Amino acid sequence: MTTAQVQGPAGTDAERLKLLQRRAKRFNRREAVAGFLFISPWIVGFLVFTIGAMLYSLVISFTHYNLATGIMRPAGASNYANLLSDPDVALSLGNTLFYAVLAVPLEIVFALFLAMVLNRVGRGAGVFRTLFYLPKMTPAVATASVFLLLLNGNTGAINTALGFLGIQGPQWLIDPAWVKPSIVLMTLWGVSGTMVIFLASLKNVPKDLYEVAELDGAGPVRRFFSITIPMISPTIFFNVIVLTIAALQVFDQAYLLFWRDQGSSAPEASLFYGVYLFQEAFRTFNFGFAAAMAWLLFVIILLITLVQTRVGNRFVYYEAENS
Amino acid sequence: MALTDSSTGQPSLAAQATGVELAGTSPLKRRSVRPLPLIGKVVLWLILIAFGLLFLYPFAWLLAASLKPRGEVFDNALIPHTLQPSNYATVWDQLPLLSWLGNSLVIAVLAAGLVTLSSSLVAFGFAYFRFPGRKLLFGLVLATMMLPGAVTLVPQYLIWKNLGLVGTWIPLFGMNLFGSAFYIFLQRQFLLGLPRELFEAARIDGASYLGLFRRIVVPLSLPSFIIIFLFEFQASWNNLQGALVYLNGGSPSNFTVPLGISYAMTTFSPTNGGHGDYQYVMVASLLVTLPMLLLFAFGQRYFIEGIATQGRKG
Repeated sequence: MTTAQVQGPAGTDAERLKLLQRRAKRFNRREAVAGFLFISPWIVGFLVFTIGAMLYSLVISFTHYNLATGIMRPAGASNYANLLSDPDVALSLGNTLFYAVLAVPLEIVFALFLAMVLNRVGRGAGVFRTLFYLPKMTPAVATASVFLLLLNGNTGAINTALGFLGIQGPQWLIDPAWVKPSIVLMTLWGVSGTMVIFLASLKNVPKDLYEVAELDGAGPVRRFFSITIPMISPTIFFNVIVLTIAALQVFDQAYLLFWRDQGSSAPEASLFYGVYLFQEAFRTFNFGFAAAMAWLLFVIILLITLVQTRVGNRFVYYEAENS
Repeated sequence: MALTDSSTGQPSLAAQATGVELAGTSPLKRRSVRPLPLIGKVVLWLILIAFGLLFLYPFAWLLAASLKPRGEVFDNALIPHTLQPSNYATVWDQLPLLSWLGNSLVIAVLAAGLVTLSSSLVAFGFAYFRFPGRKLLFGLVLATMMLPGAVTLVPQYLIWKNLGLVGTWIPLFGMNLFGSAFYIFLQRQFLLGLPRELFEAARIDGASYLGLFRRIVVPLSLPSFIIIFLFEFQASWNNLQGALVYLNGGSPSNFTVPLGISYAMTTFSPTNGGHGDYQYVMVASLLVTLPMLLLFAFGQRYFIEGIATQGRKG
């Protein structure tokens, strides 16, 4: 962006001279100071609430912190050792990874499908885009309270509908095998954010590519895999990363459907990492352990994102962005 | 690239605000490859209508259930057999709904207002000024967008605890004083779409840097201000975890909307000694969703533009 501005006005000799002078001076002191002042709110927030908080959390993770007395006792690495020995850490991590592996591909495919239909329909698509977006505007609490009833295994609307088709619906919120699909279903209902991102990306694919391919005799399937997918691959990549990070932190729906009060209808299958961390921190006030859990999650998310970036770079076609 | 709104093909908000559209950036004419055959069109419309109904169904169900007596909530009829509009009055009496709505409104306006102002100041700093380390610092801004919130949850709580502010509303909007990464990114993109000459001319006329912000950035940024405000308003309205951490255990009349509905779900749940009066939970859920739908009715294009921008930051 800066280079564009510098190159832009380089018209007359006088302007070019001014430009050279400016470059020679590098930074105008007054301007630099003012710039720092303008960004100072972010710097303060970053130092205190991001870097400061992360370091603070690192320190806490090596202590037993008693909230009532405010006393920190050194714990060595015992909190981290407990991460390994506590079976609920492994359980909740497994649940969370399973959920992410189930949810993210379905979200991508479903959102892309809806976006492609909207993109193809042309006139009138706006109405449906609006309609599809409404669930995204619905607060998670409202979504959860409705789906709690819709997913009821005996009388819920979803199983009633399945019954019409001759299918015996599962006990969504009780049967351990159906806990994650329940949450995935709610997530898919609110998939329109991802859909809108895909839609914007699809509109940017140059139409002449399709025309040429069609003249060359490529059918719709071929055009989809040879043009659409490569051209929107940066967007797919972006959505996968963002949705994965969100899925690994899943909390609201799991908390509302299963962990609001003491008993959960499916305590093992519904214990997600975010929920367990929250309970350790704010129900049992085990801050040292919770901080260690948070760091483990951070490292896991970092590793997964790195792997995704590695793999992504092999498949993402960045030419699309430069054109 | 921020000049055209790729989701609609219209000139972007930045371009509209300034009346400037750079030559050569207007989108290609967007004609579909070849008109679809009739049969294809019919299939597409059927798919759209089917999914449209599927997406609408939970809303219709919610509305219907909110008007039913207790025994009929689970009959799944979209037109209640027995209309019981008195549910609304009952909920109004039994739950401090007005307090929840009022609390959430105050917090959301503060959160959204503060973050709009602070993010714009920071974005202006990054967009206009040249100073050493600018690229690195902006890279850090972008990096924090990827930072999982769970990592800072515990230490942030302890910071507010040490300040004696747990139990107050301040932790629910206090952090917004310091700007927020995505909004800084969005506002910076917007400002980079404004011609620099605009600022230079004002400088020559003797405007101070703060004057540039007041007299150029603020009036011209109205569209992106609206996007930021609406996004943060929605995020704040939906913030369950924050309310659980900072307000839970206090008096229910001090709750926000998400915490309140969660509380209502538990109160009326039969496993907690309630009678399973889910129709009341439905009423409450409907009433807290309506403001969001109104917000969307008013600012749809801003929400869509904001989301589409999210996709372009990658």
